[in-house]
Amino acid sequence: MVTKITKGCVIYNSPTSLGNKTGGWRTMKPVVDEEKCKKCNICWQFCPDSSIEPADRKANKAIKINYDYCKGCGICAAECPFKAITMVMEEK
Amino acid sequence: MYEVRFHGRGGQGAVTAAEILAVAAFSEGKYTQSFPVFGVERRGAPVAAFLRMDDKAIRARYQIYEPDAVIVLDPSLISVVDVSAGVKSDGVIIINTTKHPSDFNFDSKKVVTVDATGIALKNKLGSATNPIVNSTILGAYAKVMEIMGKKGKTGINALLDAVRYKSPAKKEENVAATKEAYETAKV
Amino acid sequence: MSRKIVKGAEAMAIAGKLAKPDVVPAFPITPSTTFPEKMSEYVACGELPNTEFVPVESEHSAMSAAIAASATGARTCTATSSQGLALMHEMLFIAAGMRLPIVLFDANRALSAPLNIWGDQQDSISERDAGWIHFYGENAQEGLDLMLMAFRVAEDKRVLLPTMVGIDGFVLTHTSEPVDVPEQKAVDDFLPQYKAEHCYLDPERPTTVGAFAPPEYYMETRYQLDEAVHSSGPVIDEVFADFEKRFGRKYSKIEYYGDRDAEVVFVAIGSLCGTLKDWIDEHRAKGQKVGLVRIIVYRPFPFKELKAALANAKIVAVVDRSISLGYGGPVFSELAAAFVNDAKRPLFKSFIIGLGGRDIKLNDFENIYNAASADLKAGKVNEKMHWVNINKEML
Repeated sequence: MVTKITKGCVIYNSPTSLGNKTGGWRTMKPVVDEEKCKKCNICWQFCPDSSIEPADRKANKAIKINYDYCKGCGICAAECPFKAITMVMEEK
Repeated sequence: MYEVRFHGRGGQGAVTAAEILAVAAFSEGKYTQSFPVFGVERRGAPVAAFLRMDDKAIRARYQIYEPDAVIVLDPSLISVVDVSAGVKSDGVIIINTTKHPSDFNFDSKKVVTVDATGIALKNKLGSATNPIVNSTILGAYAKVMEIMGKKGKTGINALLDAVRYKSPAKKEENVAATKEAYETAKV
Repeated sequence: MSRKIVKGAEAMAIAGKLAKPDVVPAFPITPSTTFPEKMSEYVACGELPNTEFVPVESEHSAMSAAIAASATGARTCTATSSQGLALMHEMLFIAAGMRLPIVLFDANRALSAPLNIWGDQQDSISERDAGWIHFYGENAQEGLDLMLMAFRVAEDKRVLLPTMVGIDGFVLTHTSEPVDVPEQKAVDDFLPQYKAEHCYLDPERPTTVGAFAPPEYYMETRYQLDEAVHSSGPVIDEVFADFEKRFGRKYSKIEYYGDRDAEVVFVAIGSLCGTLKDWIDEHRAKGQKVGLVRIIVYRPFPFKELKAALANAKIVAVVDRSISLGYGGPVFSELAAAFVNDAKRPLFKSFIIGLGGRDIKLNDFENIYNAASADLKAGKVNEKMHWVNINKEML
């Protein structure tokens, strides 16, 4: 399908970035050890791609990685004070 | 077309004098155009302003080089600036001074004098070191135009209304001073 | 309607006020400063209760703020001059590319160096490629009228382009003359509220504006923008006609003055045309034929109108009050290029005049006429460019 140029190049079906699944850019992926996760949400704050669903202490729910968009940069693993996130090779 | 050039010093109100006269002529149905020498608005420095008036719309956009009348707000300028430059042979030079017209000689062009400083101070316009004479001296202009019957003729009543309209303060003092200059100008 | 004596720059501010803008971001620069001064005064005094005046820290910020405001759907205007317009340069392209109907008053002034605050048209002519519509007035009245029409044209759904209105610095901005000021009600009828449909801020309907376009999209965006500027022409005609109907003053993209069958025809922009008209009247009184084409709308370039107006001309004296350094007169080069494929075309001669506020006198046009007439007689143009009233002894 051809994209039509709108007046002033305004994009009306925002946010179009949802359709751009950047998970495919990954060579290593973060894996969460739910036992070690203290639900501090520091990783969620640092994730540059908003690819972490925050933990919920009340529900005793650990953080969760959204692999559709996670590019595997490893910032979450580096920042986690409890070493609850490990970077492992993507197996494809 | 009738063209007037004003000579003053920055801060003395030469531009405002041109604008007051423009408002007066405009109220009598004339088209007018007034403007300063652009960009030289420094206090004390010699400045000039211009006024054109005509019965039809004015399109010309150049400075006035051959004025029909010249108005000198500050007599000390005469030794600094050639106030009579380009004045038409049947033109008139109006000077704020206590001297008599016969004390001046500008190639035998008509000279009118008026003690605008004395009149302004009497009416509390400005201070002894910085008298405001721009409204006052126009009274002499109205007088000489009346006598010479020139195209630049501006009625004294229209002028007084314009002075009142354009004065930011001391409206009646300005009007009284203009009237006195009209009555006492040495033509 | 009331008639009063105002300076040109104030007439532009009065137009700005009558248009009731939502946002006015501006930074003062001579000789446009009266505009932000008066607009902020109107806002402070409650005369524009729904307008936000944004004092910014530079002209670049002024245009940035104008873009942001306009992109939310607000009616936006600003003013600048010379270095200020140059500082806006990159933002001017953005305003056009985003199709934001910002209106800008430019007090036409020379560019540094050397520093010069006086009038010529170098500043806005240098921005001719930015995708803006350009209007140029001959006097304060035209400035006011064109400013009002600029809002109408810019905001028209078929146009949606930023528009700048130029009047010559000092010669017009600082000259007091009688101006007819339209009634607010009449302006409200002529210029209804701006209701943005293509670009606006609505949290319920998020959009992306100012996005990037890779090579597979960019050419098409330029094509579309170029088409938009060209096709604003008929809308401009329509708005001019509606303005005349309502306010009685006639405007057209170009104005022809003088003899229709004149062999020597001047082409020029702005206030110098007033003096030139006086010279033409004097000249015609002597029985000689001469014509003037004054360009009021410079972008979109009025090809059709100019070709028709110059159909009988034998030599066209293009009088530029700006210069493309290393080439020549910008209007000259564009006008000559417009005729390049025509079998029958007049001679074109380039004149540069009045840079940096050099006074333009009646005699200058006499000299231009004589130089053009001599070339016409010789059947060819003898010099690339003729600098009017230049003191060669200083060089």
